[in-house]
Order: sequence, then structure tokens, then C-alpha cells
Amino acid sequence: MSDDKSSPGESPLEMLRAMLAHTPQAKAIGADITRMEPPRVWGRTPYREDLVGDPETGVIAGGVITTFLDHISGAAVFSSLKEASSVATIDLRIDYMRAATPHKDVLAEAHCYKLGRNIAFVRAIAYDETPDDPVAQASAAFMVNSNGRRKMGANLRKPKP
Amino acid sequence: MSTPQSRVADAIARVPYAKFLGLRAELKGDELTLIMPFAPHLVGNPMLPALHGGVVGALMEVTALTQLAITSKIEKFAKTIDINVEYLRSGKPIDTYARARIVKIGRRIANVQAEAWQNERSQPIATLHGHFMTPEVDEVGA
Repeated sequence: MSDDKSSPGESPLEMLRAMLAHTPQAKAIGADITRMEPPRVWGRTPYREDLVGDPETGVIAGGVITTFLDHISGAAVFSSLKEASSVATIDLRIDYMRAATPHKDVLAEAHCYKLGRNIAFVRAIAYDETPDDPVAQASAAFMVNSNGRRKMGANLRKPKP
Repeated sequence: MSTPQSRVADAIARVPYAKFLGLRAELKGDELTLIMPFAPHLVGNPMLPALHGGVVGALMEVTALTQLAITSKIEKFAKTIDINVEYLRSGKPIDTYARARIVKIGRRIANVQAEAWQNERSQPIATLHGHFMTPEVDEVGA
């Protein structure tokens, strides 16, 4: 996430997509950012059999929606930043309005409606047809520059005894 | 004859997404612990590296749903109404554990809390508070 956001030759959307494509979990569920108009972003997670939460109905797992909404909310924060920095979720509330339609891609849009120096607030919505018929809605707070003074690989070090 | 432990393990094994996360279940009496062994695809921040917040939330949600099925003795997963996840520490690239506590099972809604931790039980990395639709009511289409 130390990439220079203003490097020439790539649009901000391409930069954001490239960065998010390096997030292993986003790659694993196939989440993609399809459109970006800071402070709003749009994205898609394709339907996949191995992400199903209820084998009887074929409905995609709530956890996938949670991960996708967390991810796209973080992307909305990132799209709003003037300088690239790491962001971390502080809290995330999700209301599940209905089951996602089996075999349909999950779409989502997120809006970073307040970006402070340390904290950002985001609302996001997941749907499969239109945002007027939502699958789930999220409200989240993020810490900006969450890595702080911690360096790369900080989580790999053993804690001091 | 199937034991409660094997029934829970089977229930988890039937869910493709639980397999995707690599979840394992351990049942002691009626208390469930779900284990999410570390795997590279669970990472959200490759710099630290840290687990993706979404999978930590998902782990606790599956734990809440499974513990609810055990406690209510209804072998069908409830439907999630809402969840509130608080992130307390970054998830290190190591195994993660989760347990859930049923606060109340009402006629229509169950109220559940869950916690995820890694090396130390006393230092949770995240907590979840959720409401779930009780399956019995759901059956009659309420």
C-alpha cells in the first residue's frame, strides 16, 4: 500500500484495482472494483459454488457479503485519500435484508461520507439487481494510516517476553 | 451412532464456504470452538501481514450460527438479521479461534455474542454481537 497513487500511465481506478488485486482474500473471493468516483466506489463479487453458505438453497454465505462489504468500504476510504496509506476496520455493522439470489453476482457500492485525519466513516450496500432492493447494508468506521509506526512484517515478529 | 462432535463436524463440512475458510470444529460438552488455521488466502493486509477483517467477522458469524444450532437443538442454521463486529487487534498470520455465547433465544429472535482470539484467550482480536432469526419461526414463513 506504499504505492505512489499519482504514478503516471495508470488511472486512479487502475491503481486502486491493482492494489486491491494484491489483497489475497479479495483475490480469493474474486472481488473486483469496477468503478470509482471518489468518495464512492462500485464493485462486484462473482457467484461461485465454493462460496455457498447454504448448500440446500445455493445462497452465497453471509461471510462473503461481510468480507466484500468490508473490502469495498475500505476501497472507498482509500479512493478518498490524498496520499496512499493503510486503512483498518474499527467496526462494521451489517444488516442482512434478504438472501442473495443464487447464481447471481453480488454487486456493491460504498460511500466514504466523512474522511477525518484519523478516522473515516463509510456506508455501503450490497445488491444483485438494483440498490433499491438491497441484500445487505453496512456501516463502518476505519482507522486511517493504521500501520502507524509499525513496519512491514510487524505481525510476523514474536512479542517481547 | 453419530456423536454430537461428529454431527457438528458434518454440518460444517457440508458448507462450501466453511471449507473455503478451512474451518474445523471442536465440541466440549455443549461449548463449540471453531478453529480457522492460518492460510495465505485469508490475508487482507499483506504488509503487516494481517488477516482480512471480513474473514474474522465471517468466522465469528459461523461460530454464532453453529453454537445457536447446538444450543437450540435445531439442526438447521438460523438466518442472520444483523451483526456488529468490533476489531480490537490486527489478526496475525497464525491460527484463529472463536467461541460464541447465546445471550437469549427468544420466540423469533436469538441474540448472540462471539469472540475471536489467537495466542491468548484474554486478548481477543475481534468481537461480534448479532441477531438471528430463530429457524422454527422461519419454517412457517414468518
